[in-house]
Amino acid sequence: MLRWRDAAALLLAFVGLVPPAGAQARFGFGRTPAAGEIAAWDIDVRPDGHGVRVGRGSVAQGQEIYDARCANCHGTFGESNQYMVIAGGVHAEDLKSGRAAGLRSAAVVRTLGNKLNHASTLWDYINRAMPWSAPQSLSVDEVYAVTAYVLFLNEIVGAEFELTNENLLTLKMPNRDGLTRQHGMGRVDARSDVQGSRCMSDCGAEPRVTSEIPAFALNAHGDLRRQFRPLGPLATVDSTRHELRPTMAAMRVDAFGSEREILTRNACTTCHGFDSAVIGPGFQEVAARYRERGEAANYLVDKIRRGGVGVWGQVPMPAQSAIKDDELMIVVRWIISGMQHAQ
Amino acid sequence: MRELSARPGRIVPATENHLSAGQVMAARRSFLAASAAGIAGLGGAARAQNGSTPSDPQGLVPAWTRGLGAPVAATGYGAPSKFEANVQRRQSPGLTRTGEASVSFTPLQNLFGIVTPSGVHFERHHSGVPDVDPVQHRLMLHGLVDRPLLFSMNDLMRFPSVSRFHFIECGANSGMEWGKVAVPTVQYTHGMLACSEFTGVPLSTLLGEVGFDTKRAKYLLAEGADGSALTRTIPLEFALDDVLVVYGQNGEMLRPENGYPLRLIVPGVQGVSNVKWLRRLEVGDKPWNTREEALHYIDLMPDGTHRQYTWIQEVKSVITSPSGGQVLLERGYYEIGGLAWSGRGRITRVDVSIDGGRNWRPARLQAPVMVKCLTRFRCDWRWNGTAALLQSRAVDEKGNVQPSLAQLRAVRGARSIYHNNGIKTWRVAADGEVSNVEVA
Repeated sequence: MLRWRDAAALLLAFVGLVPPAGAQARFGFGRTPAAGEIAAWDIDVRPDGHGVRVGRGSVAQGQEIYDARCANCHGTFGESNQYMVIAGGVHAEDLKSGRAAGLRSAAVVRTLGNKLNHASTLWDYINRAMPWSAPQSLSVDEVYAVTAYVLFLNEIVGAEFELTNENLLTLKMPNRDGLTRQHGMGRVDARSDVQGSRCMSDCGAEPRVTSEIPAFALNAHGDLRRQFRPLGPLATVDSTRHELRPTMAAMRVDAFGSEREILTRNACTTCHGFDSAVIGPGFQEVAARYRERGEAANYLVDKIRRGGVGVWGQVPMPAQSAIKDDELMIVVRWIISGMQHAQ
Repeated sequence: MRELSARPGRIVPATENHLSAGQVMAARRSFLAASAAGIAGLGGAARAQNGSTPSDPQGLVPAWTRGLGAPVAATGYGAPSKFEANVQRRQSPGLTRTGEASVSFTPLQNLFGIVTPSGVHFERHHSGVPDVDPVQHRLMLHGLVDRPLLFSMNDLMRFPSVSRFHFIECGANSGMEWGKVAVPTVQYTHGMLACSEFTGVPLSTLLGEVGFDTKRAKYLLAEGADGSALTRTIPLEFALDDVLVVYGQNGEMLRPENGYPLRLIVPGVQGVSNVKWLRRLEVGDKPWNTREEALHYIDLMPDGTHRQYTWIQEVKSVITSPSGGQVLLERGYYEIGGLAWSGRGRITRVDVSIDGGRNWRPARLQAPVMVKCLTRFRCDWRWNGTAALLQSRAVDEKGNVQPSLAQLRAVRGARSIYHNNGIKTWRVAADGEVSNVEVA
């Protein structure tokens, strides 16, 4: 027999199941972050000045930092086409017009200089994510300096320029008016500006093939027979009939053995490919040059530890102090042995 | 049939008892041994593989029927059959210079239904996959709010949760096809696409918890905890509608490469906004103009301007079978199948053409058809051995119709990189080979 008191308790329990409603009814999970915690993470900087840090840095200071920590990926003149091209494509008249005129041409190289609308975005990105393998390692003033130098490489500022938290916001970028929000691609309820046809029969002219995959490109992604399930209603073409040489990507997967983890953890593979150059020489190229040389292991250990420039080109290799001694020996032995996997 | 198979070098269907290379070698060894014993018979290859026994002298019962298999829990977390080793996400050579800032593509040609197995979900990282400890991980929610809060994973998992199916498509999916045909299979033309069941907390619940300035708040900044500390602006209207802060994917926790332990899901919006390893959400009054929305993920138009904040992934579809790299071995019945999706809502219709877009017929849509989710479509086809141009065309519930590439280029040119939702064409040649083409 259900007594009144039990029924009331049940009713209360049921009421408790109803989710909190209204602004007052919060769950109460989480805690208030300390001011220091917010400051440590809240690093975003907006074009309107939100989040801007007090600081300054000159082009000359920036060049020193850039050459030591940035040029290995981006090139001494920001010309690298291996990673983001950060300089070029800017014309003097763009600075006046606010539109990078070169972007109308199909031939133009799209760079940071001719695409970006606000310098604050560059500051924010360098501050949060650069140098790529050691993000958030630059001081506020160093970020100002490197930003100033990149602007200089793009001929937006002169060699004597000093970037500060004030002129960061007023600096006029060449493509400042080149970005538009006049489109419907930002709203769910908008209609797409390009619409297909609903025609169901005898639509348009007889279709004509205007582009097809070139025979040599069929195998550029490796043997397609290894990329489809060998079951089901359809077979797979033999793409290898068009090309015999395995692609670099396919080789990389197979060629790196247990050394792979060391090489990726120490960011070696950022610059060095297996058989050919990415930014620095490929491991196979290094092996070919030094394998027969006396004291090759010691030479390479020294070269990796101290860094260098001029042997393989003008892009400097930074000194590698972080890699551990035993791991460095494993890598060097692996290179000299012609990339034979350690067991 | 005959003329199809007669051409020298053409692939022909295997006979029922066809053997793999390994089986042929094994059979040859057995054959030699059997010859030595003087009991060899013709046609014994398949049987030799099974081996004859007194109870099965002809060796017709497979080995796996005549013995014990592996015990339960032989692998604590199961993996696909070893015969499925071809099903892998893969990189496109030459697209990027280093694996840490790169992309891998979902093998759409090998998948069924609409759910992408988490292990082959496409990847896009800007600074590699961080190894985030979920116990130490925190989500900060601050900015124009009444009370900023810091949530641990335990906190977040205490909130009322929801599960929903949504697709994620990279804004640059099919970007390699803007100019001309360049890659061989649907994995590379459309493989920056995946669909999962996501579980987490509606962002609106968390915003209710901190309370926000309803007059000034218009946008949120979402930020990742990886080395790139990737940032994207999210409109508040999206946040209050269907955005989720998720930890679950397809019944398990997110995989590290998909943002473990926490990511944002912004349904229907380009992949980069679905910030992985989510550590911070800041409420603000203006968009942030971050690097990923002022240098990249902006759409270059023919007049040299870039469209900015092009969040929505528009209505799109692709045939995954038959598709580039496959071969039809015989005439007769084939099921044409593929995927359709729209960032503006549900798919209501998919039409299929086998003559390059001159004539169309409606495909069947597989239920359930969900909002901002992949929809599987199917269509019957009897191939008569002549060349064909296969296409699919999707329509969403807002009435948006997937355009042809020509219609797309007429407005947006060919240099946009992003948001290529043009109709895809696969050519079936008279010999049955399917290849990637473009038609006008």
